[in-house]
Amino acid sequence: MSSNKKYWKSVEELKDSSIVETLKQNEFVNEIPTDEFLGDKETLESSSTTRRDFLKYVGFSTAAASLAACEGPVIKSIPYVVQPDSIIPGVANYYATTIADGFDFASVLVKTREGRPIKIENNNLGATDGGANARVNASVLGLYDSLRVKNPMKGDAAISWSTFTSETTQKLNALRDSGKQIVLLTQTFASPSTSKLISEFKEKYGNVNHVVYDAVSESAALDAFQAKYNERGLADYDFSLASTIVGFGADFLGDWQGGGFDTGYSQGRIPTNGKMSRHIQFESNMSLAGANADERIPLTPNQQKLALAKLHSLIVSGSTFSGSLPANIEKAVTSAANELRVAESAGVVVTGLQDVNAQTVVLEINEALSSKAFNPKKPIKTRQGNDKAVMALVADMKAGKVGAIIMSGVNPLYTLPNASDFAEGLKNTELSVAFSVKADETASVSQYIAAAPHYLESWGDVELKKGHFGLIQPTIRPLFDTKQFQDVLLLWNSNTEKYSDYVKNVWNSSILGGASFNQALHDGSFISKVSGDVVEETAEVSEDNMETPAGNAARALAASATSKGMELTLYTKTGMGDGQQANNPWLQEFPDPITRTSWDNYLTISAKDAKRLEIVNENDATGALNGSYADVTVNGTKLTVPVIIQPGQATGSVGLAFGYGRTAGLKEEMQTGKNAYALYQNFNNIQEVTVKKAAGMHEFACVQLQNTLMGRGDIIKETTLEIFNTKDKSAWNAVPMVSLNHEETPVTSPDVDLWDEFDRSVGHHFNLSIDLNACTGCGACVIACHAENNVPVVGKEEIRRSRDMHWLRIDRYYSSEETFEQDDAKKEGFSGLFGDNGSLGGFGELEAASDNPQVAFQPVMCQHCNHAPCETVCPVAATSHGRQGQNHMAYNRCVGTRYCANNCPYKVRRFNWFLYNGNDEFDYFMNDDLGRMVINPDVTVRSRGVMEKCSMCIQKTQKTILDAKRDGREIKDGEFQTACSSACSNGAMVFGDINDKNSKVAKLLKDDRMYHLLESVGTKPNVQYHTKVRNTKA
Amino acid sequence: MKKSYQSLEVNSINNMKQVIHRKLGVNILHLSLIFILAFSTSLSAQDGDAAAGKALFNANCASCHKLDKKMTGPALRNVEARLAEEEGLDRAWLYAWIKNSAGMIKSGDAYANKIYKEYNGTAMTAFPQLSDSDIDNILAYTAEEKAAPAVTPGVVGGGDSNPSSDTASNTLILGALALLFALLAIALVLVNKTLRRFANEKGVELEAKSSRKPLWKAFVENQFLVLVTAIFFLLAAGYFVYGYFMQVGVNQGYEPVQEIHYSHRIHAGDNGIDCKYCHSSARVSKHSGIPSLNICMNCHKSIYEVAETTATEEYSKAFYDGEIKKLYAAVGWDDANQKYTGETKPVKWTRIHNLPDFAYFNHSQHVSVAGVECQTCHGPVEEMEIMYQYAPLTMGWCINCHRETNVKVKDNEYYTKIHEQLSKKYGVEELTAAQMGGLECGKCHY
Repeated sequence: MSSNKKYWKSVEELKDSSIVETLKQNEFVNEIPTDEFLGDKETLESSSTTRRDFLKYVGFSTAAASLAACEGPVIKSIPYVVQPDSIIPGVANYYATTIADGFDFASVLVKTREGRPIKIENNNLGATDGGANARVNASVLGLYDSLRVKNPMKGDAAISWSTFTSETTQKLNALRDSGKQIVLLTQTFASPSTSKLISEFKEKYGNVNHVVYDAVSESAALDAFQAKYNERGLADYDFSLASTIVGFGADFLGDWQGGGFDTGYSQGRIPTNGKMSRHIQFESNMSLAGANADERIPLTPNQQKLALAKLHSLIVSGSTFSGSLPANIEKAVTSAANELRVAESAGVVVTGLQDVNAQTVVLEINEALSSKAFNPKKPIKTRQGNDKAVMALVADMKAGKVGAIIMSGVNPLYTLPNASDFAEGLKNTELSVAFSVKADETASVSQYIAAAPHYLESWGDVELKKGHFGLIQPTIRPLFDTKQFQDVLLLWNSNTEKYSDYVKNVWNSSILGGASFNQALHDGSFISKVSGDVVEETAEVSEDNMETPAGNAARALAASATSKGMELTLYTKTGMGDGQQANNPWLQEFPDPITRTSWDNYLTISAKDAKRLEIVNENDATGALNGSYADVTVNGTKLTVPVIIQPGQATGSVGLAFGYGRTAGLKEEMQTGKNAYALYQNFNNIQEVTVKKAAGMHEFACVQLQNTLMGRGDIIKETTLEIFNTKDKSAWNAVPMVSLNHEETPVTSPDVDLWDEFDRSVGHHFNLSIDLNACTGCGACVIACHAENNVPVVGKEEIRRSRDMHWLRIDRYYSSEETFEQDDAKKEGFSGLFGDNGSLGGFGELEAASDNPQVAFQPVMCQHCNHAPCETVCPVAATSHGRQGQNHMAYNRCVGTRYCANNCPYKVRRFNWFLYNGNDEFDYFMNDDLGRMVINPDVTVRSRGVMEKCSMCIQKTQKTILDAKRDGREIKDGEFQTACSSACSNGAMVFGDINDKNSKVAKLLKDDRMYHLLESVGTKPNVQYHTKVRNTKA
Repeated sequence: MKKSYQSLEVNSINNMKQVIHRKLGVNILHLSLIFILAFSTSLSAQDGDAAAGKALFNANCASCHKLDKKMTGPALRNVEARLAEEEGLDRAWLYAWIKNSAGMIKSGDAYANKIYKEYNGTAMTAFPQLSDSDIDNILAYTAEEKAAPAVTPGVVGGGDSNPSSDTASNTLILGALALLFALLAIALVLVNKTLRRFANEKGVELEAKSSRKPLWKAFVENQFLVLVTAIFFLLAAGYFVYGYFMQVGVNQGYEPVQEIHYSHRIHAGDNGIDCKYCHSSARVSKHSGIPSLNICMNCHKSIYEVAETTATEEYSKAFYDGEIKKLYAAVGWDDANQKYTGETKPVKWTRIHNLPDFAYFNHSQHVSVAGVECQTCHGPVEEMEIMYQYAPLTMGWCINCHRETNVKVKDNEYYTKIHEQLSKKYGVEELTAAQMGGLECGKCHY
């Protein structure tokens, strides 16, 4: 019997059952929002993947992955079918060639392995005196750039070379018949063969105008030189012959007039027989030259002009100066003039002012001094650009007068201040061809991109200096379907010769004078008695057209100093130069020697101006550097750039570097900074600007956050020439003392040593010597180390987290007081915590750099301590010491505790936070097969979680030893090299075996100037430093 | 079979180019002897000594001529008869041609010029040292009838008979033993049963099985024993697991099948070719180098087939000849027309010895400086039909050798000073690689 009782579940059910009834049917009022987490319903339903399929895939992939993990990989080896005679797998070949990209010119040696160029080295047989700078060292990576143009293009479509030549030849012929102008707009080739080719091209096509265009112009200097010596070139300087050097805004240790002067300069800076050169620098931006100067006077470009005119009046008889300078500058100029007069022919003056008058004044002063360092007879040929011709061309193009424009090695749409005019003009031409390695700003809007080879795949020649020739030879077969400009010119000229043969013929007929071409090719250079006679008949700008320097250039110069407001000096950074290599991650990550900031360009401003404009630099919680933005306006062109407060920047002046802000033909990561060419009006590197603070803060990637030494004089020991010459070593380079039984004992004494000394007298014992006097901070060693040791690039974000991987860094220190000596004195003078001499406030003050500080550079790498603190703390003995003095690092043994890095007093150990090789998150050179071709096969590519550091290039020392063993001979001094020491053309780094008593480095070890970094710690490093001596006058 | 061949091989086998010809020659010699014995009359028409001619042929002609195959020069079987028939040229022409072929061409002789053109303008080397009778002998040799092809020995399968019979006998012994044990066990049971029956019959009270604890229960209750056993098993397991893991990545005995069956046994063993003839980079480079195919063609341009004696039970002559054809295909050699086609197909060898990237090894250091025999690390390569990894290539293996091996310092000026100093320091005459610093981490890991 069933019950008829009804149970209500709630009062509502009893009262109003309808609601309950609906709820019963439809429990959830709203549909569950599955779409939100499953995505669009329609696509979900249309997807063919069922749950079962999904599970199948998961199952299969897991099984496949685990199966793959069980078996070792099968490695295939594919030998040559016919092995070339010169290639032995595992043995490097070296080829001498020359880089001539329009900005950097140098004789180099290229190291190739299995046919791949992997490193650039200095060519000691080279035709230039300077060595390969940081950019040249990094240029090998450009060969393996994944964004290179791989074949000729017409618009966006790839075409064949035969189509390209037939179409362009047809158009050129049509233009010749119509008599319209054909323009060749090229970089400075300085190539006798190319000049000859172009004159042949002119002959064939009639109305041809060849315009040479340097992105960073030296036109004013060229004009001044041409007016005085009737030859378009730049005076050569050998600073090793100068005892007194006065610079006016000339960064002659950087890229001034083509660069390469640092070798000679460094030779004169090493005190020998109590003498070294004295260098006085007048400049507004803090440059490498200024940082190395004995005396540096910050002044605005306007004042530079006046000061130069004043100097002229004091040295050149008959010159007068009327103008006013601040008292301190006037005094400095007068004393500089006095010193120059005393030095007579050993004095030299240089200027970087892009002003014909300034350049003329300098030429006149050097002539008046009959300076030995100044050589107008062998002018430098590596800058030939002509600003006026370029400007005329842009006007012609805009007016539609140009029928065809053929460009090679230039990127005017990026480098021209009036790029928009050029773009407009480009549309008016009937034919536009860009020979380019990349689809850069200009190439991508040209009708045709003629895919050009990298210089390591090309033939060619260069006249670096009058009579000093370099040959360019390919070191690898072209990777892509490319043809160089000259080869296409030959085709246009209906010449069936190859350019390689053409070069050979030109050399045999007019350069070598009977000498062997093969020998010249082997050496990579040739110094001839006579300059190449092949002079291209350029449509040279006639004399009247040129701004003829006035009889009294100095007066004109002084009169031109009329600027009132802030002045901007545009400069090139050591890392980026003119910006051609912006897609090179090594260079992007290369910290600027002065600001130590990578991945950016920025406005440098003095602390005073920053305060006035309320611009700040501050460090965030992780210590990373942030800076305000500023609007910089030149004649209505506005650029918003981040600002770095630069100690030593002249008040009233700002600086901004070229080479950044590229937008086409480079990876997104490399699109850094702002394009300063927009402000490069009239090709003048000095512009009147207004600077205003803008909103927001910029994140910098700065690798050195401390600016001063805080009075710790034992890190960079320095003294003055006077003290160095007159006082005993103990007065200026004393060995630190420790107390042993209440007696002062030098730390080098074995009595105070914690460890027993090993016998290192047998075999080799390597030492690296670094002369702080010869080091200019150029950074060639940093890039050389990068290339040799497969150092990864980590990117801007990681740099901000202080995870940079550079094995070799060049620390830059500013003094807080006027000199480092005063810093030390101030620190010694601290008494108590508070008060005027209190250390609490005092150290705070020492953190800030002076307005015009002394600067010191110090390359620091693993010091390879004989008593290494890192070795004793490694729990797995991954780092250990070798008998040859090297501190070994066994990567495969390292488990990544990072104890060693914590215990290292020099902070030279680097930890791999990530796997940088083949990782999409780090899309730099190690992430594609092409970029990885640059990797040195003799050095392990490190993985994640492993500590790494400088190995003192053990792969190179071991190779040297093995070569000697195989030949059965002793090793001569100079054979042992590290990547850094062989890259250092300045002689600052010397490497060798100190057990070879006659070696250079063994002698340097005994030198009075020698000290070890943080000697007081007792680590006994195998890296020596040599006390910096400044030639300052009291 | 191999032994008999060696005893026959009287001459030293330095000149490898001739090796196969000789072996072939030996074969032909045997067969031709039989021929001579059997049909001695058939040869009487020829004057000249065919045996002497054979020796001369092998010494002078064989590098360019074969009897039955066109090579650098034409095939020479019955050359005299052929010339007489086709061109009407007599033996005198042949004398003149062999002694001074270039002169003949220059003199404008029609057939001389024809053949000169046919072989791409390569004139035959002049042999003025051969006398007319020598040439007679050679011609006698070329006039011999072609030997019937030797019966190829049975191919695959024959080799397996021995090992399988071995296993068979093993199982037989094992089976017999098992049977024996089974019989013993049955006997024991039967004896037990009989004894019990006797006891029952005699009324002997057998001690009833006391309800003793089962052994396993006692074992479980004895905690100490359990612990000891557990520890024992854990240790044992640990030992084997460790052993297993230490084998991970050690590929000793790795013997991959290669695209071309290349036999080191034939090249390095039978023919005694120096390892460094092909692996020449080993002298100067870190890599020993896999020989490029042009190295193979140095010999294989004229060696287009293997000798009968090269074939083994496992691999027939046809098989080896097929492999040589694969080489020709890879290098693009048209054997019929004796020229390169230009169509190459590089060989993808499977690499056998794979050192991890973090270990640096340099062949030249060991081969050129230390004078270590290749076999020290690579094993008896000259006996390997298929190349395999002989050494474990582990770090312990490297280190052991460095500890035991003395550095070869004699006549090497590099070592003079360091050897003097170090031997004084360690008080030894001969220094091991370890004492020289060969155990330092950074010497191999960078």
